Amino acid sequence: METLLQQIVNGLVVGSVYALVALGYTMVYGILGLINFAHGEVVMIGALTALQTLLILMGVAPDMAPLLKLAIAVLVAMPVCMILGFLMERLAYRRLRGAPRLAPLITAIGMSFLLQTLAMIIWGRNYHTFPQLISTAPMQPIPGVFVTPVQVAIVIVSALVMAGLILLVTKTRLGRAMRATAENHRVAALMGVDTNAIIALTFVIGAGLAAVAGVMFASNYGIAHYAMGFMPGLKAFTAAVLGGIGNLGGAMLGGIVLGLVEAVGAGYIETMTFGFLNSSYQDIFAFVILGIVLIFRPTGLLGERVSDRA
Amino acid sequence: MKKTGIAIAIMGLGFGLMSGGVSAADMVVKLGHVGPLTGSISHLGKDNENGALLAIEEYNAKGVTIGGKTIKFEIMGEDDQADPRAGTTVAQRLVDAEVAGVVGHLNSGTTIPASRIYHQAGIPMISPSATNPKLTQQNYAGVFRTIANDVQQGGAIGKFATGTLGAKNIAIIDDRTAYGQGLADEVEKSAKATGGKIVAREFTNDKATDFMAILTKIKAQNPDVIFFGGMDAQAGPMVRQLKQLGINAKFMAGDGACSGEMLKLAGDALSGNTYCTQAGLPLDKMPGGKDFKDRYKKRFNLDVQIYAPYAYDAAAAMIEAMKVADSTSPAKYLPALKAISFQGVTGNVAFDAKGDIKEGAITVYQFKDGGWNPVP
Repeated sequence: METLLQQIVNGLVVGSVYALVALGYTMVYGILGLINFAHGEVVMIGALTALQTLLILMGVAPDMAPLLKLAIAVLVAMPVCMILGFLMERLAYRRLRGAPRLAPLITAIGMSFLLQTLAMIIWGRNYHTFPQLISTAPMQPIPGVFVTPVQVAIVIVSALVMAGLILLVTKTRLGRAMRATAENHRVAALMGVDTNAIIALTFVIGAGLAAVAGVMFASNYGIAHYAMGFMPGLKAFTAAVLGGIGNLGGAMLGGIVLGLVEAVGAGYIETMTFGFLNSSYQDIFAFVILGIVLIFRPTGLLGERVSDRA
Repeated sequence: MKKTGIAIAIMGLGFGLMSGGVSAADMVVKLGHVGPLTGSISHLGKDNENGALLAIEEYNAKGVTIGGKTIKFEIMGEDDQADPRAGTTVAQRLVDAEVAGVVGHLNSGTTIPASRIYHQAGIPMISPSATNPKLTQQNYAGVFRTIANDVQQGGAIGKFATGTLGAKNIAIIDDRTAYGQGLADEVEKSAKATGGKIVAREFTNDKATDFMAILTKIKAQNPDVIFFGGMDAQAGPMVRQLKQLGINAKFMAGDGACSGEMLKLAGDALSGNTYCTQAGLPLDKMPGGKDFKDRYKKRFNLDVQIYAPYAYDAAAAMIEAMKVADSTSPAKYLPALKAISFQGVTGNVAFDAKGDIKEGAITVYQFKDGGWNPVP
């Protein structure tokens, strides 16, 4: 029983990070119909920028409270990523807005390579140790189930950020403009919405979330390097599709479900298949679930609202 | 015409006899050495080259007579930049220069492709540091190594876990790479053979950072020892996650995680429960280690890095084989090299049928006082 509970904790933590990254994919897709494959790289840039900030802070003000240092690092990483998101949209994607769908998709893949290579030039090929400023000392809220403060922080921060985003999109004027642009940006423009600004803003918000996700990811595992964004990016994209791409609630649900399926899958796949499959099929297990969901619900778990887009 | 031809022939014969007379004092025989002399592990490459150089200088000083001639050995040192392509290029260069044998290369990745070139040219090669089993599994007659391979390493890890650590239940994780999986399979075999029980065999990949799910599963099996076959980039976070999950089992890894990088990546999660292994003995534990250390220091004014004694023994093995065969021709001394047995710096140097060192030593290190310390 403790094992199952522990796997659920593991899954929730990983799923929260997936969800946060998935929001960036889904927001951009919802508005532009574009899959921004470079989004995972923004996560990496966020983590490495935060790392650089922390290293500088540790040199200048070694006595500063650890949490304050981390907060400053996040506050540096977010604007850097936001500017990066803005530039990506402005320089690469906006010019291709009227182009056939494949052109921006391939541009996004190229952007991903470009950012990885840039990061490799700046930070090198080595793995870096990311200072774990939130404690990783395990606690046992239930005997036998171990939870660390950093894991709790990840789940709480993700939940808060996601709640904030939902409020922004559903309750504010800006949110209404975003939804209008998503529905039909020509009509939205006719109604007086500055759609270019809204699209740019979508990229900026997504990149900001990615920066937070990057810092959380690096803090949890204590490691950062130039290729760290690729796998979480791919998983988050999967999560977005699982939940119904273009749908905010779907991205969150998809992230959490994917995290749980992976953890529980890795833990029980061997028992469930009577030893036929083992944990090297961990990733395949997640994709099988994705396949099954898409067969019965082609638009994802919560995807009915985008069915008219495709 | 005919007369002059004969005259030239006679003159030539005369010169031949004369030069034969002169070169009785010094006939030059070239041995090749290859290692990375530029790049991030160039210090290790230079260390190997110095090891081989020390060996031939000592033999030159003692005087070696082969086929009635005094031989002067020379090193032809090449740089492979730890890059497989550069490795094959310089291998061809050594073959073209008709060296009598090659000490090198340093990395498995460069040694394996280069070994084919030496094999085709019929030139014996001895690597002082390449541990991948594939090198000798190619069944090339002239390929040897003076360091233990990963099969021997896996065997030693399994025995250490069940013996010294007294483990009954062992969990094994590998990263599904040729190195990680190969090493893990050997550990599993050896642990089973020495009375251990494999309670879990889990898998990850060489890009993963999250191991919580598989570690949670392993935790439920209550292993005494967890072995990971893979590199430091995964082993570091893995050790942190062991601690986060409150797993107290001992953690072991192979040479891929026996690095300074591992100390950084695992950070404060390391404890006396963390072990790793390296092929070879620490210098102080080698039979001729103490003396070698002093000679090396005196000659190069440098400290031995890691593999210099193995390069020394590799060069020595070739020269000893030439002495036994009474020939410096590769085809003639190769059979003698296969059968060689002598006391080298690192221990008894003798090769098995495949070309692996017979008594390959493996050292287990334990984390203590902020670094890796050999377990006595």
